[in-house]
Amino acid sequence: MHSTPANTEPGAAAAAPALELKQLSVGFPAQAGFTTVVYELSLAVRAGECLGVVGESGAGKSQAFLAAMGLAPRSAQVTGSVRLSGAELAREGGALRRVRGAELAMVFQDPMSSLTPHMRVGDQIAEVLVRHRGASWRAGRRRAQQLLERVHVGDAARRLRQYPFELSGGLRQRVMIAMALACDPVVLIADEPTTSLDVTIQAQILALLAELKHAGTLAIVLITHDLAVVAGLADRVAVLERGRLVELGATQQIFAAPVHPATRLLLRHAQVQAGRESRAPPPRGAPLLELKDLAVRFPLRAPAWRGRRFVTALSEVSLELAAGEALGIVGESGSGKSTLVRAILQLVRATAGEVIWLGHPLQQLSARALRALRRDLQIIFQDPLASLDPRMSVLEIIAEPLRLHRAQLTASERETAVLAMLARVGLPEELAQRYPHQLSGGQCQRVGIARAMILKPKLLVCDEPVSALDVATQAQVIELLAELRRESATALVIVSHNLALVRGLCDRVLVLYLGRVLELAATADLFAAPLHPYTRALLEAIPVPDPALQPARLATALAGELPSALSAPAGCVFHTRCAHAVMVCAHTLPPLEPGGEGRLIACHRWRELRDAHGATAVRTGYSS
Amino acid sequence: MLLYAVRRLAAVPPTLLAIITLSFFVIRLAPGGPFDSEQGVAPEIRAHLEAAYGLDQPLLIQYGRYVGGLLHGRFGPSFKLRDVEVTDLIAQGLPVSLTLGVLAILAAVLAGIPLGVLAAVRRDSPLDRLATAIAVLGIAVPSFIVGPLLALIFGLRLHWLPVAGWQPDAAHLVLPVVTLALPVVAYIARLTRGGLLEVLRADFIRTAHAKGLSGTAVLLRHALRPALAPVVSFLGPATAAIVTGSLVVESVFGLPGTGRYLVEGAINRDYTLVMGMVIVYGALTLLCNLAADLAYGWLDPRVRHE
Amino acid sequence: MSSWARLKGNRTVLVAGGALVLLAVLALLGPALSPYALDQLDWQHLAAPPGLTSGHWLGTDRLGRDLLVRTLEGVRVSLVIGVLATAVSVVIGVAWGATAGYLGGRTDEVMMRAVDVLNSLPYLFLVIVLTTLVGRGSVSVLLLAIGAIGWITMARIVRGQALSLRHREFIEAAVAAGGSSAHVLARHVVPNLAGVVVVYAALTLPQMVLFESFLSFLGLGVQEPLASLGSLVRDGAKDMQSALWMLLVPASVLIGLILCCNFLGDALRDALDPREY
Repeated sequence: MHSTPANTEPGAAAAAPALELKQLSVGFPAQAGFTTVVYELSLAVRAGECLGVVGESGAGKSQAFLAAMGLAPRSAQVTGSVRLSGAELAREGGALRRVRGAELAMVFQDPMSSLTPHMRVGDQIAEVLVRHRGASWRAGRRRAQQLLERVHVGDAARRLRQYPFELSGGLRQRVMIAMALACDPVVLIADEPTTSLDVTIQAQILALLAELKHAGTLAIVLITHDLAVVAGLADRVAVLERGRLVELGATQQIFAAPVHPATRLLLRHAQVQAGRESRAPPPRGAPLLELKDLAVRFPLRAPAWRGRRFVTALSEVSLELAAGEALGIVGESGSGKSTLVRAILQLVRATAGEVIWLGHPLQQLSARALRALRRDLQIIFQDPLASLDPRMSVLEIIAEPLRLHRAQLTASERETAVLAMLARVGLPEELAQRYPHQLSGGQCQRVGIARAMILKPKLLVCDEPVSALDVATQAQVIELLAELRRESATALVIVSHNLALVRGLCDRVLVLYLGRVLELAATADLFAAPLHPYTRALLEAIPVPDPALQPARLATALAGELPSALSAPAGCVFHTRCAHAVMVCAHTLPPLEPGGEGRLIACHRWRELRDAHGATAVRTGYSS
Repeated sequence: MLLYAVRRLAAVPPTLLAIITLSFFVIRLAPGGPFDSEQGVAPEIRAHLEAAYGLDQPLLIQYGRYVGGLLHGRFGPSFKLRDVEVTDLIAQGLPVSLTLGVLAILAAVLAGIPLGVLAAVRRDSPLDRLATAIAVLGIAVPSFIVGPLLALIFGLRLHWLPVAGWQPDAAHLVLPVVTLALPVVAYIARLTRGGLLEVLRADFIRTAHAKGLSGTAVLLRHALRPALAPVVSFLGPATAAIVTGSLVVESVFGLPGTGRYLVEGAINRDYTLVMGMVIVYGALTLLCNLAADLAYGWLDPRVRHE
Repeated sequence: MSSWARLKGNRTVLVAGGALVLLAVLALLGPALSPYALDQLDWQHLAAPPGLTSGHWLGTDRLGRDLLVRTLEGVRVSLVIGVLATAVSVVIGVAWGATAGYLGGRTDEVMMRAVDVLNSLPYLFLVIVLTTLVGRGSVSVLLLAIGAIGWITMARIVRGQALSLRHREFIEAAVAAGGSSAHVLARHVVPNLAGVVVVYAALTLPQMVLFESFLSFLGLGVQEPLASLGSLVRDGAKDMQSALWMLLVPASVLIGLILCCNFLGDALRDALDPREY
């Protein structure tokens, strides 16, 4: 019998809960018998309340609620009871379908794949009304427009007629929410609604959910693996581990005094990302790597009569990297950070500017000379599995750099070196004969790191090294990177949308937006006193696991959509979303100027804003 | 959508011209003339024949005259059949072949898609297995075996349907159309089933169910269109397959269509006849491909918007 | 489960593969073992039905030729042409598709447009045009013509694979590690193409056999005295009413051959590319 959950809730209220799960179990027939993914789960949400359901991936949180809605896969076996406003919900059939989408609504994780690609967005919303309220399509579309305005979609009439692929991620998620709200539901289940969105957009969507909660009697179930996300929204939190409810209580309690080890682990991960200290920057010698006004443009395939069109991925990017230094590059979608990484490694041709490595301008080198230099310039990628050749064994994969640059080694010498490297990255020897598809994501990434580090490169570039991994594995891989760096004094360039990750590993941080550098500063300075409005907004958007702070932070979420890289705004690229923009920002590009203490900043008004904000740290919850 | 259609339409005339030019020059430049197989023809008579057919002119002039003739709907005289214009042969045979082909495509689509949908929706049921078996046989059994067998069973043994010959009535059309359509039905059913199974696993289908829609609504409004994409892409090659198959079917059932001319023309090395046929069929195929492209554009809004 | 294990466990594969091997062996050895020669006329048994008494197990045709021997000969001819034509189409298709896919950009556009145009033309026409020019009867021309048609699908498949490979991160990783183009192509691109090529070569074989039989049926394929399954079916169809076995024997062998090849090809595809669960 599992231990009784700690922090049980106070006595039952008078009215029936909006949604109640009683002893819900979900299992699948598997190769070795039967696998139970949800075990006797009992939870309740009241009207006007938000229940956060957290746990690592695979804990069964989504499965439980999908089963409650009757959306579990055909082979699943579901037992237990589900009650909506006190009435027992059918497991399947017409009765369930009448309620589903109307009183009981769900929003999913990936809005791109969750919206029907060939139907207009307005029709997809109207469809709910046609189905459940017997409305005509025309009436349905009118109501759909109102719903879009309700979820703060600008220019709603035009958006109604667009297809999902024409909308950005944030807009699509708003459409999904509008669809769910169409029939005034009693309960809204949000399954990882912001996981695939950019940080600033995530804050907007969470703010929207908070607004919906405060507006009326809607009960919200917020499912996520990130504790910090629920801190701003949930009244109570339920923690799941391996299909069982292990802790349940008021949000304040859970964050202040977690009892169960699983809860403490989740809290530690959320905090670790927010609170690790960075080191003092190492002494600056001759630069290892220099970028001068680097620009990259990609031509678009357009019919000849339209003229040549381009996507500008990077403009005028300049920076210097010292030996052994760790530089973080942060930005959201369209910022150009992946392109920057590839331009440095000459995997992508720059259309202007220079990349200078140890004094050698890389673009001018012959192919052979460039290849020889590559032994010191390595990279690890975002998708661990995709970066490994599926037809090669782990041994062959890690041995490849040795083959290329130290051809004098014999096969057995290579094998010895590879096995040593495997041990170094914490992988067992027998993995050497395995193939990538037999490894987990974390193991694949370690193999990638082993391959990159085996020649002890001077620079290791990491393109979103942990974003495809689950939270526990993320911490391990980051730890590995930090250790390796200490040992071999390798310089690091880490590209990430996750500011908190960068904070733990990097000495300096570069902020990119639509291909331009907006700010460059030492990590501690950046987090303590960001100078650029975008950096400030970014920091404010990252959820912190503190229920006292988070709700207020959501209220100040940065508005507006990320402009498309096809049509960057004139003048300062950020001005369309900046709360402090003035006339000059709309037509003149701000120069990248020094801001004291080795900082660089590109903003017309940074001095005024700094004086206005004073020396106060952003309400980030970060101690300086 | 309009722009997309215009762009696709604009590609047709150049391609057609390319086909005409290619077939003209390939045939003219090939070794051996049309009169080589005539035994014991005196040189003067041969020269006379060649002049009569205009073969003594420079190549480019011949080309010009040919294209000019085409614009007037004249395909030139047959080289083997005396005093017969290719145009007349085409005019005689084309209605038959067209009827056959159009009916076959319609039958294939009208039978294949529902079959595939049923098989996918009732996956692994006896119905699915039956449909898959039909599909496999349809693809593996060539029409020149199916045709005679069907004729044998339904014509000679059961006397339900006529075996050969041509009358523009249903009885005479049934067996040829079924024979011709069968492999295409099989392919379309397989594509539909595969496409639908793949689409039904997609996230947006889960969303449609989450909205409380009935199974039929989900299927028809959300799943069917993307599932049909591979089928529509296949329509181009499908027409080509029908055209090819019609040669065999017309031969098996003794139908007076244009297919017979093509085969005989090849055997007899009758250049103008073969060329004329190639151009006519090529044009038809281009038009069908155009229709398929347009259908695809309607199906997938992303393609239209590029 | 590894690919091989999946393959071996599939019963259909074992049956189909076994049948194919048996047929091939019979086709190669059979005529040598049979007491009858290919074009030997048996005046005493003209158009005889199958039976053990007459000595002709599968009967004879109108001219008294043993049907068993002729059918096995037909299998041999059809298989040989099919395999050779598949080889031709694989060579052309891989070269075309890999180049288009790996180089990308304009080259790819042009090459694939050509493929699209060719794909929409009824293939038989190209063969017919060729036959018109060269005359019937030359097996090598036949081979070239059939193979020249089958490469289109192979080129499409290979190009799709090469295109997706080009952007895969492990290719970038190999370049970033310092590999030259030759190294990347040889050690990364080609091995990853091999799987796809093998699968579609296996699926092309039955198509080639089918093409050839179509042509032979129309009279444009192999000519007397050579016999392929297609020409045997044509001859058999003429006497369908009185001597049904003359049609059924080669027809069923042809269907069986194509079915086995299709099953094998499908199983190979499922094993090496298991996207359908």
